[in-house]
Amino acid sequence: MTRIIDRFEIAPNVHACIVDAKDIARKALPGQFVIIIPDEYSERTPITIADWDPQKGTVTFIFLDIGSSTQKLAELQPGDEIYSFTGPLGQPFEITKFGTVGLVGGCYGIGGIYPAARAFKETGNTVICYSEARSQFLLYWNDKLEEAADEVRYATTDGSLGYKGHAHDLLEQDLKSGMKYDILLAVGCTFMMYRISQVTKPYNLKTIVSMNPIMIDGTGMCGACRIEVDNTTKFACVDGPHFDGHKINWGLILARRKAYLEEEIISKERHNYGES
Amino acid sequence: MAKVSPTKTPMREQPAAERIRNYDEVPFGYSPEEAILEAKRCLMCKNPKCIDGCPVEIDIPGFIQFITEKNFKDGITLLKEKNILPAICGRVCPQEEQCEKECILGVKNEPVAIGRLERFLADWEAEQGEIELPPKPKSTGKKIVIVGAGPAGITAAADLVRLGHKVDMFEALHEPGGVLVYGIPEFRLPKSIVFREIHYLEKLGVRLFTDQVIGKIKSIDELLKEYDAVFLGTGAGLPWFLNVAGENLNGIYSANEYLTRANLMKAYLFPTYKTPIVKGKRVATVGGGNVAMDCARTALRLGAEKSIIIYRRSRGEMPARDEEIHHAEEEGVIFQLLSNPAAFHGDENNWVREVECIRMKLGEPDDSGRRRPVPIPDANFRMPIDVAIIAIGNSPNPLIPSTTPDIETGKWGNIITDLETGKTSKPGVFAGGDVATGAATVILAMGAGKVAARGIHEYVMKKGKKE
Repeated sequence: MTRIIDRFEIAPNVHACIVDAKDIARKALPGQFVIIIPDEYSERTPITIADWDPQKGTVTFIFLDIGSSTQKLAELQPGDEIYSFTGPLGQPFEITKFGTVGLVGGCYGIGGIYPAARAFKETGNTVICYSEARSQFLLYWNDKLEEAADEVRYATTDGSLGYKGHAHDLLEQDLKSGMKYDILLAVGCTFMMYRISQVTKPYNLKTIVSMNPIMIDGTGMCGACRIEVDNTTKFACVDGPHFDGHKINWGLILARRKAYLEEEIISKERHNYGES
Repeated sequence: MAKVSPTKTPMREQPAAERIRNYDEVPFGYSPEEAILEAKRCLMCKNPKCIDGCPVEIDIPGFIQFITEKNFKDGITLLKEKNILPAICGRVCPQEEQCEKECILGVKNEPVAIGRLERFLADWEAEQGEIELPPKPKSTGKKIVIVGAGPAGITAAADLVRLGHKVDMFEALHEPGGVLVYGIPEFRLPKSIVFREIHYLEKLGVRLFTDQVIGKIKSIDELLKEYDAVFLGTGAGLPWFLNVAGENLNGIYSANEYLTRANLMKAYLFPTYKTPIVKGKRVATVGGGNVAMDCARTALRLGAEKSIIIYRRSRGEMPARDEEIHHAEEEGVIFQLLSNPAAFHGDENNWVREVECIRMKLGEPDDSGRRRPVPIPDANFRMPIDVAIIAIGNSPNPLIPSTTPDIETGKWGNIITDLETGKTSKPGVFAGGDVATGAATVILAMGAGKVAARGIHEYVMKKGKKE
């Protein structure tokens, strides 16, 4: 059982949760994730670690209230306990001095790129972040990102803050106008990461994406999270979650993520109806 | 003396047609009368061969003698001296390959049903309510950590705690039990029985910590600072796939994933439990081992109209226990033998719709002594399916080897151990079970846990003297 210190809506439908997990806080590295089971009935849900404090022994993660398990998580209050909380899992980002690093975050990935921004900056890189949402009011942690990075470039589909359009459109415009990156890293929904990879490919810009396939155990046992990279099967939980976006079989990933949509709807409706 | 029955006293079980509609255990177990009747078949050999056949050296005629005397209490006490987990072993041990294979009765007739008698005593004890604890051993002051609460780990923990060591056990998943809980289905091994046995360990003083992925949250070197010895029983790792076209289509599972969803995550109780599983109408399981039988039988219980085992050799070469094959046949599992998938074909939404198989014939024996399957050219055929489960084995779990560079591993990523002691190349670190051998059986893992417990005991006691 892991105690919730705080849980609040950071943007509509997006929650930040801070938990008491001192062992994980001592070990976490940028790009790693945890597996959370909100209550006995829920699924094992992988979620990216967004921040941690080894002194206080706390771990922060950002999640979207989207399926029945994250909905339950969103209903937990400070002082409540999470049924199961395991981490830190996966390989961390490779944090070295690349030169200029571009970080693209969307939805939960805005939180996901924050520790990377901090670590890349500390290692002497120039760090430029792209933070994207449909509208200004859906963005969060602007201040944290601005403090950690050299520059934060915003992209909103309605144009309410920064560039009007998607992060991949903004990135494409930047690359066209001559901005140079030594490496790019994207965290967020699968489709966003796919589009970013498409944009950077003609520029031969190394693009690392943080894959989020369906997982069960998350410890290298079940094989649910398999993806194809360079025509070989890889397992996101132990080989990843970071892979070269130019070598991923995206069609397969997009199809595999949709495998349980029907069941998800049943679970959600049941939960909303007041049953477990 | 009454004439000895040539056959085992039958064990009553749920009829096949009924049991494929539920998840309840298939055999009911012996009544006291049935157990006594069966126990009386034992010849009480002066030089009992059955004990030689038992990886954990249980005094088999000893506990059987107590059953004949209706003294179940002393029977279970004697049994538990060597085997702390009799309810589990009585159910899942391949006795026909071990103790029962050596039974003298088996030369002409059926051997004594040792496994059923073991199970009987364990279940009898559980029915008596609070289980009596053995006297507390004198503390050695040594601290040992067990990584992985599966069959190898819990056996090692049980032996070590009874030798007076302080034992902590770390489990990566949210429930202890390892393959006993995520892999073996409820209808073959009820989870309440596993938890009962683990709870007993906790009462003996073993401290259990779940959600702890060692290698990530703590390194082996960190553990060695806190503990006198480490036992690694981290079990199965990444599943093997066939490496054929279409294998990543939706609806194709590894056996580990399929069983973990169904068992550990209780997908058979969806939507009360939220983890979904695709309930296929035509489910193909590829493989011929116990795990394949578990998958095919689970598929039936999830509502499959046809559950098909695809196996590349013939029935005689199947590695599964006879009892498991027999149960699967009774339940209507179809055996598509001498066939091997060549490809999976999907629909426009990336869902599997057909399996294409190559027909095989048996050729010369291979290294394993089994006749090698040889493809027959131009004889491919297709079967419509909506779920496929690949049950052809797995590699050892990669987490510890990948985070402990100074531990020696073999070709398959298995941790190399000394067979006599369970010692690895890293001082103070022992290992056993699937992580050392690759995919094997529960009882072999338990045997390895026992060997390592002895090795660890010797190591820590010697270590104490030196210092």
